[in-house]
Amino acid sequence: MSNQKSQSKSTLWDWLTTVDHKKVGILYLLGGAFFFVIAGIQAMLMRIQLMFPEASFLPYQSFNEMFTMHGTNMIFLAAMPLLFGFMNYIIPLQIGARDVAFPFLNALGFWFFLLGGIFVNLSFFLGDGPPDAGWTSYVPLASDQYAGSGLDFFVLGLQISGLGTLIGGINFLVTVINMRAPGMSMMRMPLFTWTSFVASMLILFAFPALTVGYLLLMLERLFGANFFIPDMGGNVVIWQHLFWIFGHPEVYILILPSFGIFSEVIATFAKKRLFGYTAMVFATLVIGFLGFMVWAHHMFTVGMGPIANAVFAVATMAIAVPTGIKIFNWLFTLWGGRIKINTANLFALAFIPSFVMGGVTGVMLAVSAANYQMHDTYFVVAHFHYVIVGGVVLALFSAAFYWWPRMFGYKLNEPLGKWFFWLFLIGFHLTFFFQHFLGLMGMPRRVASYLEGQGFSDMNFISSIGAFMMAIGFIFFLVNVFVSIRSGNPGADPWDGRTLEWTIPSPTPEYNFAQTPLTRDLDPLWYEKMHGDGRMKASEPLGDIHMPNATILPFLMAVGLFVSAFGFVYHNHWVAAGGIAFTFACMFVRSIKEDHGYHIHKEEILSDKEVE
Amino acid sequence: MRGVWRLLSFLAIMLFLAGCGQENLSALDPQGPVADMQFDLLMLSLLVMVFVVLVVVVIFIYVLIKYRERQGDTHIPKQVEGNHRLEIIWTTIPILLLLIIAVPNVVLTFDLADTEPEEDQDVLEVTVTGHQFWWEFEYPEYDIEAGQDLYIPTDTRVVFQLEASDVIHSFWVPALAGKQDTVPGITNEMWLEAEDEGIYQGRCTEFCGESHWLMDFNVIAVDPDTFEAWADSMANPPQELTEPQSEVAAEGRAIYEESCLSCHATAGEGGNPQGGPDLTNFGERSNIAGFLEFNEDNLEEWIRDPQKLKPGNSMPGFDHFDDDEMEALVEYMMGLKVQD
Ligand code: HEC
Ligand SMILES: [Cu+2]
Repeated sequence: MSNQKSQSKSTLWDWLTTVDHKKVGILYLLGGAFFFVIAGIQAMLMRIQLMFPEASFLPYQSFNEMFTMHGTNMIFLAAMPLLFGFMNYIIPLQIGARDVAFPFLNALGFWFFLLGGIFVNLSFFLGDGPPDAGWTSYVPLASDQYAGSGLDFFVLGLQISGLGTLIGGINFLVTVINMRAPGMSMMRMPLFTWTSFVASMLILFAFPALTVGYLLLMLERLFGANFFIPDMGGNVVIWQHLFWIFGHPEVYILILPSFGIFSEVIATFAKKRLFGYTAMVFATLVIGFLGFMVWAHHMFTVGMGPIANAVFAVATMAIAVPTGIKIFNWLFTLWGGRIKINTANLFALAFIPSFVMGGVTGVMLAVSAANYQMHDTYFVVAHFHYVIVGGVVLALFSAAFYWWPRMFGYKLNEPLGKWFFWLFLIGFHLTFFFQHFLGLMGMPRRVASYLEGQGFSDMNFISSIGAFMMAIGFIFFLVNVFVSIRSGNPGADPWDGRTLEWTIPSPTPEYNFAQTPLTRDLDPLWYEKMHGDGRMKASEPLGDIHMPNATILPFLMAVGLFVSAFGFVYHNHWVAAGGIAFTFACMFVRSIKEDHGYHIHKEEILSDKEVE
Repeated sequence: MRGVWRLLSFLAIMLFLAGCGQENLSALDPQGPVADMQFDLLMLSLLVMVFVVLVVVVIFIYVLIKYRERQGDTHIPKQVEGNHRLEIIWTTIPILLLLIIAVPNVVLTFDLADTEPEEDQDVLEVTVTGHQFWWEFEYPEYDIEAGQDLYIPTDTRVVFQLEASDVIHSFWVPALAGKQDTVPGITNEMWLEAEDEGIYQGRCTEFCGESHWLMDFNVIAVDPDTFEAWADSMANPPQELTEPQSEVAAEGRAIYEESCLSCHATAGEGGNPQGGPDLTNFGERSNIAGFLEFNEDNLEEWIRDPQKLKPGNSMPGFDHFDDDEMEALVEYMMGLKVQD
């Protein structure tokens, strides 16, 4: 490799200081996978407890901590970072860029996420134990009076990691707006880039609401402010509004990039251009917009009154329309195609019926008057797992199989992949399908157990069996990752791809594109295959490439906040202030120290090309 | 023929769903007008949604079978850009389908929020307060209070004022009506009616702490006359409650006065706002603490160690009572009855 500086240091140092979007992407995937496994284990513990009525496998308190941390880890620290991993690696490649707009910020965002996430989970070992008020952490249950230091770990850690997410979101926005290669107009961008772009807009507007909420809760818990304490003139419902103004868009922050992944995979393996590309883009924008108009549908039973309930009910139902447009466009992309069935595509195909089921139960929940029967029951648990597992998680696995050769230079094994797929898919439906009925039959969510003789036992048992199948399926995936390493490099374009990420050598060179490509149509690579010689035209002569220098500062800045958070939890204001001061000092160094980056010379690039 | 099929499949779904779950607990087996309306709306939306799923699945399966890559097939499919007419179709049809659900929903949302009774309908007002992890029911018109068991007259519109003393809870009796949250600092309203006499199970559906899952209660619907008699004797409880006849029970009463009355209001005496449920009619409870089977053994176990049975509730244990004391106390408590 050409980076002279990092070559002399160790691999560890290389990863700690990297600002390369590809390495940051891989770091995000590793971090996300770590929390995904933790949250998965927590889910299994819960399903063991719920396998039989009145079980005593977990004490109630532990169960409450488990579902709190399962939700927190899955949403904030697994699903989003895993998507960020793919976004980081793939977006610059899809738009023909050499990196994201702000490589330094990119690394900073990652370290904030990782250390914030670790901080939340350290509550398992420190203080009064993990948070236990649910991932929604409604006050007053999450207030000082009712919850221990776990909630301090929760608000502080999630503020740090939330900052990282916000930084990442802004970075993607600027990258997509500014860094597109010649010819790559907005309406030629691959759908994954489009949906990630819209998701980043949602991050930009939604995360501040969450940050405000957590900040108020933190001030209340640590410094005795009274925003949410009714006796002191506070209002507990404000918290729910702040949380859901973030929380509902959050669902779309997760699902939109997933839609993008499916669009790429389905088009590639149907060997067809995405049907109704323009409609797909507009549907994405409409979903993003409406996503901000419906947060109160999580609060139909709080007592907002019939006017608010009716308005939010209708607004929520409206989202079904653009979502339906998407579903039918995918179906018609498949229509008339030559559909290749492999693991990546199986996950994408299975998504269609699975997600539609989650979507229709969403419309049912939007029926406010009937929602009073479904809200906060297992029906809701079933619904959002159909959406998030049937949408986001299937997308993540599809993306993993699809982009694995691009990212790691080898294909995942197909037979093992199919075992994984079938076990996971069947397990998923077994786990969650019957939960719809449990909810309607009177089983609330977030219950540490259920009494015998209420008719809940059989379905809970089946549900737990399904969960075991999902877990076993996932083990097949982990095995696959290691077994397949020996399978060899399948080359630059293993799937007969359509978009720019398949036009460059594998493994991806540090500078991505030796020459910035010229995009002549939607699906630029496919266009060249059909109308040209199958290779991208260059839009610039071969020349030296300017690269940013690696730096340890992002990591150090995150460490500063991490340390400071301990100071806050343990009421040691010196440590708290010191950590923040350290972070600011790093910012200062970053601001005054000149850093011009370095150049990769033309000759080196040429020699890379020869090897290829 | 088509219509018959549709009707049949609708009936099949209804039957399947109605067969689901325990009587007097399941929302799929509604027992009063509110739950009825909600069930019908649920079924309407379910029907529309099943239709949507079927359309998608049929196209999906067709496409998969027809266009799956066959061995040796290397043709390049036609690269279609899209189709405006199709886009318009799958935009408008869903809008129409949604209107089928949205319109009745808006109507019903307003109906349910309207607690005003219909003309010459009987009304009962009850103030519900959620506590970690039990329920308090106040009847302002009768100036009485009850814990855990909510007595209501049948065929009467019962209007609830919902409050909470600590954290948010949610008041849900699936067989009679959907839930409303009890929110500290705010008073919510809802109403329901029971058609038949019976014991309906209620529960808390907003996560409220360690023993949230045990925050169950019962709704006991009786005919209006019985209800009047019950309310009357709750207001003027029989003398045995405070001055029991049998010697053992009297001994129990002494212990009770010393250890329990400060928290548990009984026959108009004792109690405090941070205390526990009113026990005036404890001997007639359907369950102990909302979920345990009602019997002497469970009562003794509860008194000795309530934290084991329902961790995190605010009643201390009384394990230091010896067997005689306990027997006396239990005997007295089993006699706390207002009806004969
Ligand atoms: C500090 C206040 C306090 C004291 C003292 C107290 N209790 Fe309780 N008790 C409670 C609370 C609070 C509950 C409700 C617990 C729950 O279900 O969450 C309760 C519930 C009960 C119940 C179940 C009530 C029902 O409706 O099913 C019984 C029985 C009971 N207590 C008996 C006793 C007896 C007997 C004593 C005296 C030996 C006693 N309690 C002393 C607070 C107290
Ligand atoms: Cu509760």
